[in-house]
Amino acid sequence: MSTRDSFRRAVAAGAVGICACLLGARGAAAQQAGPGLGVEIAPEDYAPWDISIQPDGEGLPPGSGDAATGAQVYAAKCLACHGEEGAGGPNDRLVGGHGTLADLNQVRTIGSFWPQASTVFDYIRRAMPFQAPQSLSNDEVYALTAYLLSLNGIIDEDEVMNAETLAKVQMPNRDGFVPAWPQRGDR
Amino acid sequence: MPNTKGAGTGEDPAVEIVAGNGLLHRRLFLTRGAAMLGAGGLGLMTARPGGAEPLEIPPWMRSPGTHMSAYGQPSEHESDVQRVVGGTPNVVGSGVSFTPHHRLHGTITPNSLHFERHHSGVPSIDPQRHRLLIHGAVRRALTFTTEALLRYPTVTRIQFLECSGNSGQNLGPEPPQAPCGVIHGLMSCSEWTGVPLAILMEEAGVDPGATWVLAEGADAAAMSRSVPLEKIMDDAIVALYQNGERLRPENGYPMRLFLPGWEGNMSVKWLRRLQVTDAPTMTRDETSHYTDVLLGGKALILTFPMEVKSVITSPSTGLSLGAAGLYEITGLAWSGLGRIRRVEVSADGGRTWADAALTEPVLDKSFTRFRMAWRWDGGPAVLMSRAVDETGAVQPTRASIVAEHGERMNYHNNAIQAWSIADSGEVSNVYA
Repeated sequence: MSTRDSFRRAVAAGAVGICACLLGARGAAAQQAGPGLGVEIAPEDYAPWDISIQPDGEGLPPGSGDAATGAQVYAAKCLACHGEEGAGGPNDRLVGGHGTLADLNQVRTIGSFWPQASTVFDYIRRAMPFQAPQSLSNDEVYALTAYLLSLNGIIDEDEVMNAETLAKVQMPNRDGFVPAWPQRGDR
Repeated sequence: MPNTKGAGTGEDPAVEIVAGNGLLHRRLFLTRGAAMLGAGGLGLMTARPGGAEPLEIPPWMRSPGTHMSAYGQPSEHESDVQRVVGGTPNVVGSGVSFTPHHRLHGTITPNSLHFERHHSGVPSIDPQRHRLLIHGAVRRALTFTTEALLRYPTVTRIQFLECSGNSGQNLGPEPPQAPCGVIHGLMSCSEWTGVPLAILMEEAGVDPGATWVLAEGADAAAMSRSVPLEKIMDDAIVALYQNGERLRPENGYPMRLFLPGWEGNMSVKWLRRLQVTDAPTMTRDETSHYTDVLLGGKALILTFPMEVKSVITSPSTGLSLGAAGLYEITGLAWSGLGRIRRVEVSADGGRTWADAALTEPVLDKSFTRFRMAWRWDGGPAVLMSRAVDETGAVQPTRASIVAEHGERMNYHNNAIQAWSIADSGEVSNVYA
């Protein structure tokens, strides 16, 4: 996101900046005018919060990792909750379940269900490990992502994950979702 | 529910039967209601066969009561009216707590009993250090302090919040035998006050062509969801107050997103960041969770509105009836697509139905309390309610949902609930 934000910021500071307040005030007038107390912040200053990864890979940081490295990180920080090789227990199973989605006892895992690989990096980085979220380095998150994708047979064991390669990963269930928005659910 | 043992009712020719198994015309409430039914809900016409007990001066009238208190608490006699707390193994702070609807009345959920769903515990946030960041496809990225937001214009609305997993247990193969407030306790209704997000978005200046907003919380899960920009600009607020007081920590203090009528998970608590984008971010909580797998294995995604639904809260599981006689059937109806137009009640398992009385005010995307007079003859009965909203949408049967999804844990279960009443007055959950 930072590149685009920088561009927008440059544009805003130049041509648009002077009339920005006026435009804002006019747009909000249809609702109610606010006191305008938002404080402008530069991308480099909000970078630590800018952690979302988009499906096309936008937002993926520098760094890299492979499955072998990921296996070591997993053993140290993930295995206690997610079991040997992502088999689950006591918490979510991460691996397998392919072809079970039509079954009554469907097994939803990263491999069988998640539509986007970007989500694996995004979620591990923001929320895992459960007791110490946002403590992993980007290299560790790439390595764990590689390990889990490899266990699920989605990438090769020796494939290195980085911003470029992860953005190209195609998940098996990527076409398994039917958007209910903008149409209303048909139920 | 008050015990009504000893209650009785004679035949009253003026009481009009409107549907099978003892449902009575709502005129009973509208005209004769005050005198006949009183304010107590159940336990009507409690003539004691043996005569009333002699009255005496109670001890609490013989000496002064306690002092004023700085923050009030419920009566000690109501101390068992509590949220039922459920957790996820191995992860303290991840789980749910349920609003005990079978012990409550009216439409406003007390703040202490509003349901909870946390993905990594309740953060302890210093409001002075908290910031709301708006960035992404905007003219200028902005941060707002809590203090700043408290100076903005506000709107106040009474609206429900429902987790899309609410009532999901009822999609399992066997009906769960749990109190009504546990089966349907992942919903609550409050008066929410906050700043219209449109004002803040205008201030940041949304790029033309932007269509989505990623909302993220300041909890340890940094829980995040994508929301259509259209909803953000329509009626979304940054909520600061709930039922008149600042948000409770478990409901997002110091600020939360509130999206009227939409699945609860999207009303991100402890809101810290809004990123304007041109597509859904496809976060973990909108892909691996909060999606509805259909028969055949495909899954509905981006299922936002909570659709028309109702449930009888009394009688219901967790309560029991006393003696045969006149009772008030009452419950809640709501729709994420607008106002409730109509609620029908059946006492014979859906063979015959009659219109319930709707308690004013009937508000947009809010709980509506309905009432129905019922003369229970002491025999078996199956009570059901069926709501219709102002779009004309009718609450579906469980069978129709199962036909679409199969019997598996799922979200967005808005099926008709059936409560079976036994001769003994015990209430059980049944699929009917």
